[in-house]
Amino acid sequence: MVPLEWYLLLAFALFVIGVTGVLIRRNIIMVLLSIELILNSANITFVAYSYYLQSIRGQVVVFFVLTMAAAEVALGLALVIALYRVRAVLNVDEMNLMRW
Amino acid sequence: MTAQLLFLYFAAMILGGAVVAVASPSLIHSALALLVTFIHVAGIYVLLNAEFIAAVQIIIYAGAILVLYLFVLMLFNPKQERFYLHRQLPVGIFLGAVLLGLMFLAAFKTKIIAQTGTFTVDSVRAAGHTQAIGKVLYTDFIFPFEIASFILLVAMFGAILLAGRRGAPKKKPERSETAGNGKAAHVEALSSRETMKEDASLAVQARRIVNEEQKAL
Repeated sequence: MVPLEWYLLLAFALFVIGVTGVLIRRNIIMVLLSIELILNSANITFVAYSYYLQSIRGQVVVFFVLTMAAAEVALGLALVIALYRVRAVLNVDEMNLMRW
Repeated sequence: MTAQLLFLYFAAMILGGAVVAVASPSLIHSALALLVTFIHVAGIYVLLNAEFIAAVQIIIYAGAILVLYLFVLMLFNPKQERFYLHRQLPVGIFLGAVLLGLMFLAAFKTKIIAQTGTFTVDSVRAAGHTQAIGKVLYTDFIFPFEIASFILLVAMFGAILLAGRRGAPKKKPERSETAGNGKAAHVEALSSRETMKEDASLAVQARRIVNEEQKAL
């Protein structure tokens, strides 16, 4: 029997790794990739609670989070492509002007 | 006992894949390590008796989102990322370590006071997991369901508008009146990669002009 705290710790460790990735990565595509890790950690938390509280609503929320993650990835990468057309950089440090 | 061993294997692979994804200088290796993470998260869902969510996770995350990332990485063809010591590197790692330590201290001391629902493991297994989700999704969550489909539509529009092809439209080939004169002149639309390179070179020239102006000031 796996205690609930193990799932929560796993989800939180994944969350922390995702946040660290968002902070330390300099390529914008990798920042978006780390955001996917954060979304996965939230999903694990929801499903773990749905199992331990015997409620199915946690998994329905996971369904919607997955949908939102897919939409966000599509739009985020489209924005990256549009941004690359204006300035030929993918480095987050060089995207520091609202013009150009 | 097997459940605990399986959980430890899944957890080790998930965290290992996540660390490689975050710390690897090669971008393709990061994306593939993320694939390992996603598949083992699906394994965790199966361990938690949520097999429909596990299948949806593999289909959407490993099958759509990761493929989208790989396509974009193919289009950009980036060089390896250099990890230079920027301002946020020590801050990020320090914050991560502090948060992780705090959570480990607090995890086993809390009590969960929540209302348990009616979907016990046996009832879900009896009715089928997809049916159990469907029962709630189409009754209590019908409005978020419709909104989710609308959001996907908007995401499709946005992606096509933002990243769509910008080449010159194809001219119709000239129709010759005499049969046998077959040469038709038509302009091919530039591929999106060539338009991106054109735009990028124009942007580099603009940047150079701006830098010269700033130096002249």
